[in-house]
Amino acid sequence: MTIQLMMDGREVIAENGQTLLDVTQRYGIVIPTICFHPATTPNALCRICVVEVEGQRLLQPACIVRAAANMKVQTRSERVMRARRTILEMLAATVDLSEAPDILAMIDEYQADPQRFPEAHPRYVPIKDDNPMYVRDYSKCVLCWRCVQVCAEDAQYTYAINFSGRGYETQIGTFFDQPIPETTCVFCGQCVGVCPTGALKPKREALLEQGLMPEQIVRLNTGRRRRT
Amino acid sequence: MIQADRVTRTTCPYCGVGCTLELHVKQNFIYKVTSPFDSPVNHGNLCVKGRFGYDFIYHPNRITTPMARRYLLQNDYQGALWKTRYHAPELGNRSLTNGNDSPTPWDWVETDWETALNLAADRLTHIYQRDGSDAMAVYCCAKATNEDNYVLQKMFRALFRTNNVDHCTRLCHAGSVVALQQSLGTSAMSNTASQVMLNDVFIVTGSNTTENHPIIALQMKAAVRKRGAKMIVVDPRRIELVDFAELWLPLKPGTNVPLFSAMAHVIVKENLVNWDFVRTRTEGFEGYVESLEKFTPEYAEAICDVPAENIRQAARLYATAKNAAIYWGMGISQLSHGTASALSLVHLALLTGHIGRDGTGLNPLRGQNNVQGASDMGAMPFHYPGYMLVDREENAVQWERLWKVEPGGLSRKLGLTTTEILEHAHEGGVRALYIMGENPMMTEPNLNRTRQHIEQLEFLVVQDLFLNETGVYADVFLPAASFAEKDGTFTNTDRRVQRVRAAHPPRGQARPDWQIVCDLAKRIEARLGRPTSAGWDYAHPEQILREVAQVNLDYAGITYERIEKVGLQYPAPTLDYPGTPTLFTETFPRGRGRFIPLDYVPVMEQADDEFPFILTTGRVLEHWHGGTMTRHSVIDQVYPEARVEIHPADAEIHGIRDGDPVRVRSRRGEVVLRASVTEKTTVGVVFIPFHFVEAAANLLTNDALDPQAKIPEFKACAVQIFPARETDLPNPEAILRRGRY
Repeated sequence: MTIQLMMDGREVIAENGQTLLDVTQRYGIVIPTICFHPATTPNALCRICVVEVEGQRLLQPACIVRAAANMKVQTRSERVMRARRTILEMLAATVDLSEAPDILAMIDEYQADPQRFPEAHPRYVPIKDDNPMYVRDYSKCVLCWRCVQVCAEDAQYTYAINFSGRGYETQIGTFFDQPIPETTCVFCGQCVGVCPTGALKPKREALLEQGLMPEQIVRLNTGRRRRT
Repeated sequence: MIQADRVTRTTCPYCGVGCTLELHVKQNFIYKVTSPFDSPVNHGNLCVKGRFGYDFIYHPNRITTPMARRYLLQNDYQGALWKTRYHAPELGNRSLTNGNDSPTPWDWVETDWETALNLAADRLTHIYQRDGSDAMAVYCCAKATNEDNYVLQKMFRALFRTNNVDHCTRLCHAGSVVALQQSLGTSAMSNTASQVMLNDVFIVTGSNTTENHPIIALQMKAAVRKRGAKMIVVDPRRIELVDFAELWLPLKPGTNVPLFSAMAHVIVKENLVNWDFVRTRTEGFEGYVESLEKFTPEYAEAICDVPAENIRQAARLYATAKNAAIYWGMGISQLSHGTASALSLVHLALLTGHIGRDGTGLNPLRGQNNVQGASDMGAMPFHYPGYMLVDREENAVQWERLWKVEPGGLSRKLGLTTTEILEHAHEGGVRALYIMGENPMMTEPNLNRTRQHIEQLEFLVVQDLFLNETGVYADVFLPAASFAEKDGTFTNTDRRVQRVRAAHPPRGQARPDWQIVCDLAKRIEARLGRPTSAGWDYAHPEQILREVAQVNLDYAGITYERIEKVGLQYPAPTLDYPGTPTLFTETFPRGRGRFIPLDYVPVMEQADDEFPFILTTGRVLEHWHGGTMTRHSVIDQVYPEARVEIHPADAEIHGIRDGDPVRVRSRRGEVVLRASVTEKTTVGVVFIPFHFVEAAANLLTNDALDPQAKIPEFKACAVQIFPARETDLPNPEAILRRGRY
């Protein structure tokens, strides 16, 4: 069954059950996303995809709100643009975005001011390098939750990581902050595959960035097989 | 942030799932592996091996220069003499020199391709001309590409006129292959793995899917949690999937036939048979039903140690489901009655009609990345490419025409299987063996005897990345390119032919297998003085696949162009054919599906007072088979040692605590390793993974063979266990510390 609604003054058609984000993609309307990933269940955490829906008091996240008949949606109203700009400014004030090119491009596009909150404390977490497969640099984490999701029902059913702490202290962590090898982790790296900001990175990539030559990296990583 | 020099899309070299990979390369070094989220097989998900297991390509111990034994270069040829005189007897001794200061004829000498290939061609030709076709044999390789395997079997069939061609399918699903051939006339997964999402009920048996086919296991878990499918696990171990199962039947190892026949018994007695299907699509039902009479659930309970009521419940669940499927692994096939064991599963599908539709089927999960393809390419002793029997005149004629062999030139005799080839390594038997990428000195049963056999070979050529446990017995070593350094195709477990692409040039002087084989074949052909050439001038592996497709019509519609982005599932007989996700929708290749009456044959070695435990072997998530790849990778650091799993009740009786060193002994050998005391195994059953040379499980396993499939009984042998000392451990400093184990 299809339904009709208005989007940015255009009449658009949606399948029943589609989200507003699904609909925009079909019509070439661009809505920015950060926490959204096609392989994970959308949770509307980052709020960058918000749009204005007539009759609704609050801005609505397009990744989870379903299209309804006769809805009137503004995807780039002044209010929407200001909300997105503020979200980007708050992210820039607290997170190391140096390896998140998509978010940096949004900051340019929305003319967000990374210095708008000079009093903010950037979230600084020492790099966690506790296993031979990947390193975790949570100073770069935007808490998009994708890694937790793919570790759980969205892919792996392993449940090695989750949110820990609250509010500003929120982080991704293991139970009791155990090192990764002592958790249920199976090192599938699904989390690394969906990380949008370089907070999770293969160890070899990290070593290469630190200036090690491939030959040196290989010697670090050659296993412990005896009788070679 | 690192910008990749290039990102190469290819297919994973580990298991049969066939995940799509993107290799991110900088300075000819793979520093990151990702997977596209639209990949048809794995949807962007990978396992630890696929994502992190690539150090072996760059490992300092990798051999990238051709090598020959000194005696060959000195033309001091004395048959097998040097091997037995100088070879260190210790399993896995891989030193390049003899440890003495003075050179011996058995030392490795690095040489160039020209010399190495000429030496190999000389010796192989000499032995063939002296002793004839039966003296020649080859192990093809389920890790290599379709193209590599095709040219290698072509070399032995067209030049040496022998069908002594086999590969590790013999050690893996030979029982399933023979069973499916006998009953349906084919031997591949009937359905696509991702169709598990369409199952209402499915049986997983003899497969620790989470560790051995991790990506298929993700879909199984999702089918249960997201679609409400009911999973029945039939396995002697409490594998991870049991946490997701509706029903777990922990049968004793090797008692599949009574268990599944009892399920069939229930289906018949309770009239849950799909009569339409039985009438229109099967034959032999009456005789089969008679044979079922004795397989009551109570009879099965006495043998399998599974409550009869649970067997009934499983039978009802499977038979009354709308869509039900069976997925199985080595626990079914690796038995001295592996064929019967797989047939007992086929019968369930034939009785209920759970085959020939989407979301149903008989699905043997193939182990290796290209074991399906290597079999399709004729790397088997009874079949040409396309499963054409070698003893049928009309088949041989087709290949004689294609390879320009004189009429009657190709051998019509069935060849020797993997297990038989080494047994025949003696005077008057097999004298020369060519091994491409396999490691029988880790993966054959009863390794002590395997070593005696391999030492009897007069001439052994090994083509591999490392001088592994098998390579040390070689006379000539030819360094091959890894999967990331060559082009070609792999065929995955659900018959999907996918591209393999070079991410960077081969290390050192290593070369792609197909090039090495073609180069060697030309030299042998010249020495034999054959009037016509079988054809070895390929500019690109694509031309090899085109040649196969001229006769193997399943592949006729598959071109590199068509599989550039997404692989195709064969059969694809024409260039516009869309591929075949589900087999047998109308009919079976042999016409009607055949019921074959079965009898219960126990495993060869039962537990007794002297050897009270049954040992079963298998794999772990972190490692791959003989370990040539993963044990040379960073993964070895998270799983560095072999462990024997023993049930807490058994451990208490024998005074064994978790982590204690123990000695495990069978009638054939012994190993020392640490114990894991865990309820993952059942009482009376112990488990050892076979990846670790330090405690090679296959020193213990039984080399009894299935009479039809010739597959060994890896899954059950009797052992005894004693406490050992820390100092008895071959590698006490390697300790497995993981929350998961």
